[in-house]
Amino acid sequence: MMRRLLSVWHARNLEFVRDRGALLFTLVVPIGVIIGMGVIFGGAPRPLFKVGVLSDPATPAQHAFLQERYFQFVHESAEQPAVRAVARNQLDLLLDLRSSIPRYWVNPDSPKGYIAEKLLLQTDARAQRAAVTGKPVRYVDWLFPGILGMNMMFSCLFGVGYVVLRYRKSGFLKRLHATPLSAFEFLSAQVLSRLGLTLLVTLILYVGVGSIIHFESVGSIALLALVGVLGALSMIAFGLIIAARFSSEELVGGLLNLLTWPMMLLSGIWFSLEGSPRWLQFTAGLLPLTHVLDAARAVSLDGAGMASIAPDLVYLTATTLLFLVLGAWSFRWRIE
Amino acid sequence: MLMSLSAVARRHGLVCTVNDINKARTTSGVEPGASLPAQPTATNAVQLEHGECLLKVSRLVKRYPSVTAVDGVSFRVAAGSCFGLLGPNGAGKTTAIEIMEGILRPTSGEVLYRGGPLGRRFREEAGILFQKTALQDFLTVRQTIALFRGLYAHGIDTDEVIRLCALEKLARRDNRKLSGGQTQRLLLAVALVNDPSILFLDEPTTGLDPQARRNFWDLVNSIKAQRKTIILTTHYMDEAELLCDEIAIMDRGVIIAQGAPRALLRQHFAEVLLELPRHEVPAHAHALPLKMLTAADRVEITTDDLDGTLRMLMDAHVPLTFLRIRPPNLEDLFLMLTGRELRT
Repeated sequence: MMRRLLSVWHARNLEFVRDRGALLFTLVVPIGVIIGMGVIFGGAPRPLFKVGVLSDPATPAQHAFLQERYFQFVHESAEQPAVRAVARNQLDLLLDLRSSIPRYWVNPDSPKGYIAEKLLLQTDARAQRAAVTGKPVRYVDWLFPGILGMNMMFSCLFGVGYVVLRYRKSGFLKRLHATPLSAFEFLSAQVLSRLGLTLLVTLILYVGVGSIIHFESVGSIALLALVGVLGALSMIAFGLIIAARFSSEELVGGLLNLLTWPMMLLSGIWFSLEGSPRWLQFTAGLLPLTHVLDAARAVSLDGAGMASIAPDLVYLTATTLLFLVLGAWSFRWRIE
Repeated sequence: MLMSLSAVARRHGLVCTVNDINKARTTSGVEPGASLPAQPTATNAVQLEHGECLLKVSRLVKRYPSVTAVDGVSFRVAAGSCFGLLGPNGAGKTTAIEIMEGILRPTSGEVLYRGGPLGRRFREEAGILFQKTALQDFLTVRQTIALFRGLYAHGIDTDEVIRLCALEKLARRDNRKLSGGQTQRLLLAVALVNDPSILFLDEPTTGLDPQARRNFWDLVNSIKAQRKTIILTTHYMDEAELLCDEIAIMDRGVIIAQGAPRALLRQHFAEVLLELPRHEVPAHAHALPLKMLTAADRVEITTDDLDGTLRMLMDAHVPLTFLRIRPPNLEDLFLMLTGRELRT
């Protein structure tokens, strides 16, 4: 028995080691993830609370509360957007140090906000609570679009990537190549097929989970659906760039992971990137999922209209076309 | 000057010119994009006169880092004919045919279809059966044919192709559950959905049992009867003899003989073959002044004087009960040209 097991083990190892792309990515992806996590979470222990601070730009903010450990203090320049960030759980608390008696805003539905408020009042009992304007948002309402978006991302990227790879390896693509079908037509058909499936699953989740957690979109459902369609298109097309060329499962798997990890961490599924370095926010802004979540949250939480999310929609449409053209351009019908 | 050159070339039947193609286009009156009612017989097939050049292959070379698979191959295929590319495994047949199909890019040389490069029109008008083809999973025979029918502007009705390839009883079967012969018939059906002017068959009967092979040949013959142009690769000599009007024998990337099968045999063999079981031939008979070749189980004698040879054998008391006399076939020619030794 051992001999048979060893024969298969040895042959499989040879296959894997000789597949250079697979080997490279099996090594590169974890290293990339480690470096990425280090950059985002590294350095000092990650703060537990994120507090916005409004202060006079001329004089540096000074307050005993600012010395607390495990708090991240983010300088805010304008009151209104900062208060909105509190309502949306992007800030746990907002502290206004512009007058002699500090004011603060906290989301009454936020557990972290509750604790941050207790700690603030312990350092400075004079602090006065101000009303959060607009409907405060529960964390789950903020998280829900993120979870839907994440599910959509996996479905889009892996759903088409592996299918096209399988077609190429089996030789089915080569047979299609002998017909008038163009790469662009083939890829578009794959995108549309996956789009239907992804939207159906997202709809089921939206209705099912939404009714359990009593999620209600403030803005138009139709607009939310449009965000879903354009977002799914962009991410499917993103996956097709990877599927366009390669013929190794391990390599394609590695590359798809390479795309999903940054989106998992940077697109704002779990936490907002408010207060993180500029370049990180810029990188996040390149990822399609970031625009999907920004637009979906703006519509569902703030009731944003078409005009205010138009830049996100344009970005998603433009990337869809760009990815499709790139995919068609680099497409390989057969194993080289 | 170019015109006069091409006129000379045409008079000698050397090339087909753009004029031929234009003539063919105008006589057909069919625009490539125009929609036509589905017709069971060729609508876009016979646009060239029978015998005119449909496909021209010039100085085709395909080099890979370690091997030159095709090394300067040239030939022409006449409209309505069946052209066979023969050769042992690894001779370069599949590489050559895949370049002709537009699937592989040649290192140098060119393939002209109706006088022009292989473009969209070629893809619309070519039917292709690869040596190995995978189909989409979970589709029935009918759905598979319908998928490919949907990729072409013109073609034959799905039911008509199913009937043509005798797939009626299998139409609802999952394409993964077909036997080898049935799969080949389905792949042929897929190659015929666009009612092709030119049909490429790459080793279509390799791996089939004798009955399935014969069935497949009948199908190909019925397609030939519609005056479609066929390009076939095979290493079965009987297949080539039965189906092909012209053959080219390839070996190590080059064509070593070309012509009509009978003409080739006449050219290379003015003789007949006598075969005797080896154990029937006594040792002293090997000393006779005859062209004799000893194989594992038999002795082959080649001669252009049958009477004299038989007399000589009888005088030497060689028993002739099991003697077989036959005309040489393509297999003999093939072995004569490519040698009998095992290739490494």
